[in-house]
Amino acid sequence: MNQYPLWKYTLIAVVLLVCTVYALPNLYGEDPAIQISPPYAHNIAIDDSTQQRVEEVLKELKLTPRRIDRTAGQLLLRFSDTEDQLKAYSALKGKLPDYVVAQNLAPAVPDWLTALGAKPMYLGLDLRGGVHFLMAIDMQTAIRQDEERFVQEFRAVLREENLRYQDVQRPQQGGVLVSYTDAAQRDKAAQLLSERYPELVKKNIDRSDGFDVLFNYSEKTLKEVKDTAVEQNITTLRNRVNELGVAEPVIQRQGEDRIVVQLPGVQDTARAKEILGATATLEFRLVGEDGPNSQPYKTRDGGKIWLKRSVIVTGDQIGTATSTMDQRTARPAVSVRLDSKGAKRMYETTKENVLKPMAVVFIEYKVDTKVVDGKEIKNREKKQEVINVATIQEAFGQNFQITGLAQNEAINLALLLRAGALKTPVEIVEERTIGPSLGKESIQQGWNSVLAGFLLVMIYITFRYKQFGIVANIALMLNVVVLISLLSLLQATLTMPGIAGILLTIGMAIDANVLIFERIREEICNGNSPQASIYAGFEKAFATILDSNITTLIAGVVLFSFGTGPVKGFAVTLSLGILTSMFTAVMVSRAIINWFYGGKKLEKLPV
Amino acid sequence: MSARSSYRVFNFAFLSKKTMLIAFIISGLTILLSLGSLATRGLNFGIDFTGGTLVEVHYKNSVDLVEVRSALDKGGYDDAVVQYFGTSHDVMIRFGLHSDKNSDTLSNEVMALLRNGNQEVEMRRVEFVGPQVGKELLVDSSLAVFYVLIGVLIYVAIRFEKRFATGAVLALLHDPILILGLFSITGMEFDLTVLASILAVMGYSLNDTIVIFDRIRDNLLKLRKGETVDVMNLSINETLVRTLMTSFTTLLTVLALFFLGGKMIHGFATSLIVGIVVGTYSSIYIASALTLKLGASKADLMPTIIPKDGEQATTDNRP
Repeated sequence: MNQYPLWKYTLIAVVLLVCTVYALPNLYGEDPAIQISPPYAHNIAIDDSTQQRVEEVLKELKLTPRRIDRTAGQLLLRFSDTEDQLKAYSALKGKLPDYVVAQNLAPAVPDWLTALGAKPMYLGLDLRGGVHFLMAIDMQTAIRQDEERFVQEFRAVLREENLRYQDVQRPQQGGVLVSYTDAAQRDKAAQLLSERYPELVKKNIDRSDGFDVLFNYSEKTLKEVKDTAVEQNITTLRNRVNELGVAEPVIQRQGEDRIVVQLPGVQDTARAKEILGATATLEFRLVGEDGPNSQPYKTRDGGKIWLKRSVIVTGDQIGTATSTMDQRTARPAVSVRLDSKGAKRMYETTKENVLKPMAVVFIEYKVDTKVVDGKEIKNREKKQEVINVATIQEAFGQNFQITGLAQNEAINLALLLRAGALKTPVEIVEERTIGPSLGKESIQQGWNSVLAGFLLVMIYITFRYKQFGIVANIALMLNVVVLISLLSLLQATLTMPGIAGILLTIGMAIDANVLIFERIREEICNGNSPQASIYAGFEKAFATILDSNITTLIAGVVLFSFGTGPVKGFAVTLSLGILTSMFTAVMVSRAIINWFYGGKKLEKLPV
Repeated sequence: MSARSSYRVFNFAFLSKKTMLIAFIISGLTILLSLGSLATRGLNFGIDFTGGTLVEVHYKNSVDLVEVRSALDKGGYDDAVVQYFGTSHDVMIRFGLHSDKNSDTLSNEVMALLRNGNQEVEMRRVEFVGPQVGKELLVDSSLAVFYVLIGVLIYVAIRFEKRFATGAVLALLHDPILILGLFSITGMEFDLTVLASILAVMGYSLNDTIVIFDRIRDNLLKLRKGETVDVMNLSINETLVRTLMTSFTTLLTVLALFFLGGKMIHGFATSLIVGIVVGTYSSIYIASALTLKLGASKADLMPTIIPKDGEQATTDNRP
């Protein structure tokens, strides 16, 4: 008895072999590398000419990369040291403005393993260093913006249709309020507006001295507005992250109105925050006079200027923008190229207004939560500033330059205009930045403690269970191999608490063997033969192992669904470790014991 | 017969009236102490839960905290809590939620202030948690603990019986309360990782309890004679070696984590060490005793038995 059929041995051996192969990539280090890829949503191919351009730049610097890997989506240059990588990075970034150039650490996995799809574990930000941002979208501002737009549009529509209103405004509590003195007029206007704006719901309000109708977003549209706001912001953020040049960024929606942005390797959080959170955009308006068709604006030097209410072109209509130097004045400038719709509108306006002044308005939304006397207060700020007023010399359309900004403002504005505006202001509600040295240290400390814990357990188990203890130790080692291979295959994020989870499963995996061996000893003590004791020990202990592991698994699954970041990493390794330990501690150790002891006449057991 | 001398079944009276009384008094008092401290002193919540900003920096040479404080004072951050983090090269600075500063740019300003000093300083870690997020994490975490308890209650009730389930869950509540009490009394920082370790301890402690319950169920079936209390006591004794063995090996690994795992994981490892010790105690002394007090008897377990757990395996396959 206690013999497995050959196929069972073979199956177990094959599973272990496959796991070993997929765990292997973790043994190889990483190469300092540069990753060159087309910007997000741009269809620029990486081809021979790209590679040629890169090689020329490198030749000038007298740098030879260790290897160049080219796929359809990216070009990866591996260097032997970080010094070469840095040199090449700064040169390439300047020479390849149409691509995203990012520094990266590329795993130095041999080709045959890569061909099998084997990758090393994916390290969390707490181990590799980088920034994690959680951004909340300020929906209230988004809705207010929409409502302010509706106010303008309603006025125009009602004027066009000759339904003279008393007032159209956005009341304090939100919505759009249209006021009439006459009920019939009000009903007509309400009818017309709700036909034109089906996304709004109307509510009639009768006052003693007038008749109002209040428009609000319907529940359904509100959800759509939220979804679109989140989606739009994600696209914009993705563009901006591309501009920053980050390898392997993560940009995901979280919950209803949050976005997670993870930038591995980024250290300059100040710039990252400035770029990601910025809502800066531009508007072009004609200068007007004090009157109902104009409104006052602040200028940079603190003065006041009246600009026409109607906008010529907004930031959305800007196709591309680059920061340059103005040739005549040698001052920083942003060179702008409008899209076709914007260009047409700009041409028509400037043609009719030659020799009149036009203003460029710089607009920025800021939202920020502060705590005063234990209460949260949201600060919403809309900053509008006229950065430049210039006389229209002649009609122009697509291409022109804007001056009136400082150097870094010009660079940032160009970037933001290129990447697109955030339609809705965002607020950073959580930030976690880990420096690279801390990450490296954590990995070191983590593996040191895994190693130490591992050795202590192995020594103790050998001492306690003799030869069977060695079997348990082999199973334990294989458990770690299987666990690491699973983590690598699933590309689950390994965090510092995750390493602690691996350690904890070592302690717990041995539990299965302890249960089995103690049961075997008990059976022997009860007078059973060695073979029968082995059999009974494994069979009887199994139900117990299953029961006790499932309860820990419950805790693991709850942790996984509730936890974020590092804690999630702990849940993953803990849960996977429990599953793998069931395989190694029960099946693999049984297989080893069957192989060596099964079917033989035994006087006593080395347990 | 080749029974080895190293194998022996202990015969401690875990469920005698006297032992149970002592155990209940010890647990009762420590729980009261913990709850008392939690009610009066509360927990020293980390910024994960309170919101705020934490900056950890590393100086090339050892640095005087007065120096760091004065640098921060210059920037108007006189409410910052500055302390060493492990060595005199490492400094941790904590801020509450500022009412007059823009919270998401705070870390950058602080780094700029520190870099203005004479010393070479390196940013190790920055954590900023906004007030909304902190509150949510606290609510979510409490919910997580609650769901684990419910999940366990259901599982044990299905697999065993409702009195066993209640006993297990009550013993399970016992462990986190004591850990929370310890963190409250010592004022150690309670952050997200500590909470994760508490959930792990709950799973772990239950693990021991289940092994004992499994044996109780086995024995109740096998030993038709005998009082329930004796069968339960025998089961605890029979599994005692295993319970202590596993706790010891797990403790070994967690001790390795405590001593070698670094500062970031200290609270986590501390909570696990306490949890393993307390969890082992509660599995042996509390869970079964409570189940007994709740009036569990042989009859309760009969209908849910799965035959394969019984003794048929040995009898059928004896060579």
